[in-house]
Amino acid sequence: MKQSSTFRLSVLAFGFAFLYIPILSLIVYSFNKSRLVTVWGGFSTQWYGRLLDNRQILDAAWLSVKIAATNATGAVILGTLAGLALARFGRFRGRTLLSGMTTAPLVMPEVITGLSLLMLFVVLDSALKQAFGWNLERGFTTITIAHITLTLAYVTVIVQSRLSSLDDSLEEAAMDLGARPAKIFFVITLPIIAPALVSGWLLAFTISLDDLVITSFVSGPGASTLPMVIFSKVRLGVSPDINALATIIVLLVTLGVIAAGIFMARQEKRRQRDMQMAAAAK
Amino acid sequence: MSARAEAPRRHRHSAGVQLILDFLNRLPPYRWTQSRLVRWGITGRTAVTAVPYLWLLLFFLVPFIIVLKIAFSEARIGMPPYAPLLTWIDGSVAQVNLQLKNFANMFQDSLYAKAYLNSIKVAAVSTLFCLLIGYPMAYAIARAESKWRHILLMLVILPFWTSFLLRVYAWIGILKNNGLINNFLMWTGLIDEPIVMLQTDFAIYVGIVYSYLPFMILPLYSNLEKMDLTLLEAAADLGARPFKTFMTITLPLSLPGIVAGSMLVFIPAVGEFVIPELLGPSDSLMIGKVLWQVFFTKRDWPAASAVAIALLLLLVIPIVLLQRAQAAEARGAHR
Repeated sequence: MKQSSTFRLSVLAFGFAFLYIPILSLIVYSFNKSRLVTVWGGFSTQWYGRLLDNRQILDAAWLSVKIAATNATGAVILGTLAGLALARFGRFRGRTLLSGMTTAPLVMPEVITGLSLLMLFVVLDSALKQAFGWNLERGFTTITIAHITLTLAYVTVIVQSRLSSLDDSLEEAAMDLGARPAKIFFVITLPIIAPALVSGWLLAFTISLDDLVITSFVSGPGASTLPMVIFSKVRLGVSPDINALATIIVLLVTLGVIAAGIFMARQEKRRQRDMQMAAAAK
Repeated sequence: MSARAEAPRRHRHSAGVQLILDFLNRLPPYRWTQSRLVRWGITGRTAVTAVPYLWLLLFFLVPFIIVLKIAFSEARIGMPPYAPLLTWIDGSVAQVNLQLKNFANMFQDSLYAKAYLNSIKVAAVSTLFCLLIGYPMAYAIARAESKWRHILLMLVILPFWTSFLLRVYAWIGILKNNGLINNFLMWTGLIDEPIVMLQTDFAIYVGIVYSYLPFMILPLYSNLEKMDLTLLEAAADLGARPFKTFMTITLPLSLPGIVAGSMLVFIPAVGEFVIPELLGPSDSLMIGKVLWQVFFTKRDWPAASAVAIALLLLLVIPIVLLQRAQAAEARGAHR
């Protein structure tokens, strides 16, 4: 027994070292004075200062945050509807197609999704021009549409699994008492799945913030998102201000994940306490 | 009964929502629209399903049909840079211009075949290494004390939340000639000259295994965690050695998890672009990179579309395998 637990500990130690050493090295070298990044030249925070002076990176970051927030909101709305349909409406016509279309983007290579969406936008653009004289400018709108299509799949999976793990007795009770479907949704279903919506929103936000390949296909000449700027810099080799940027992102994400984790643990605890109280009241 | 315990909180919720719903109900257009919609046979359910349905049809399914169409058309100079499949002459006679050239070209040019086979090889080997590292990790987490399990699981997921691009970038600093590994090895005196690791196939493997490891661990963990431990106890009671128990019980039972995890790594790895571009040699042949170059450098849209269709065909079997494994997992969960 002793032997197997040492084996398990060493497996975990090796695995987590593999996962975390690259991230730690990014952080450590962001404080390196030397431009060579991996040759230590003393402690310095100068690259953070440089980063704040870099208009190109700041503009790109702001554009990325705007796209990510719009995308996450849209993906949560559409994903909730799709998750609700898949988990609660039983077998309806076209259910298989809907469930296929919501899971396929999860594994589809990004080059395919990106290429096909761009082709659609080109066709749509010429159609809109002919019909209404509208111009579908490639940029914020097309990137956001592309990201929603990708991330709505994640939200659907999260909402669907949350709904199927809870039985629908509360909803049924409300229906028996004569509540309308819309009211049941807002008063009962929505509060139950709220934690799933929070994590779905955050996930959609970070995926959008991070996407390079699909964005590169559907973006236009004027719109460069943060990953696009990072990619064009990184292609030329390591650069210390990218390390500083990475450190900031890692820090924000870690804080966000920990905060969300605490929030959800509290929700879960409250739910369990309520259940216990209900059991005691019986 | 739980409804009673939660009643005070619910009540506060419902008051605000009730107000909005009452307001909506009083608006004549709402009533009118509702009665009209019901008369047409459009219920709330249809509306709820229709919105995401139409979105996905338009932005996910239709694009594939367009790509398929473009793959069969001829490249030309202009915007869009492909010739239409159907041209109407005098508004009545349709002239079809269907080209198989783009696909024929893929068979003739050995570059495509090499990129194809190499992508499959790289993805398969990376998947195997992900499994070799991920299985013991998932096993160790699933058998850890329950208070640790959540934290360990969160540690697996956390890197997935930080930027993929930056995590790949980190490996440049580790693998390059004056990078972390070479500096360390030279410092210890084990080597005198740096080992060339960056811009090799080795770097591509490291990058893919590193980036996709969480995708392997998570489905394996959820499979191993819900495994019936009494089976293992029974085997031990009957005198089976741990290794035999593992081979005859744990491994076969975790097969759906293995298949799901492997496909979750294999499918995106086949079409990977960022990792071979940043870590691999400049002439590395991966199908995702080829597609990118044909599209962005050569600007040949029909050829790029043909590559995309071919890549999609390659992924049909893995995607079917993945769906079967996930269905098997879902059935196991309901049992």
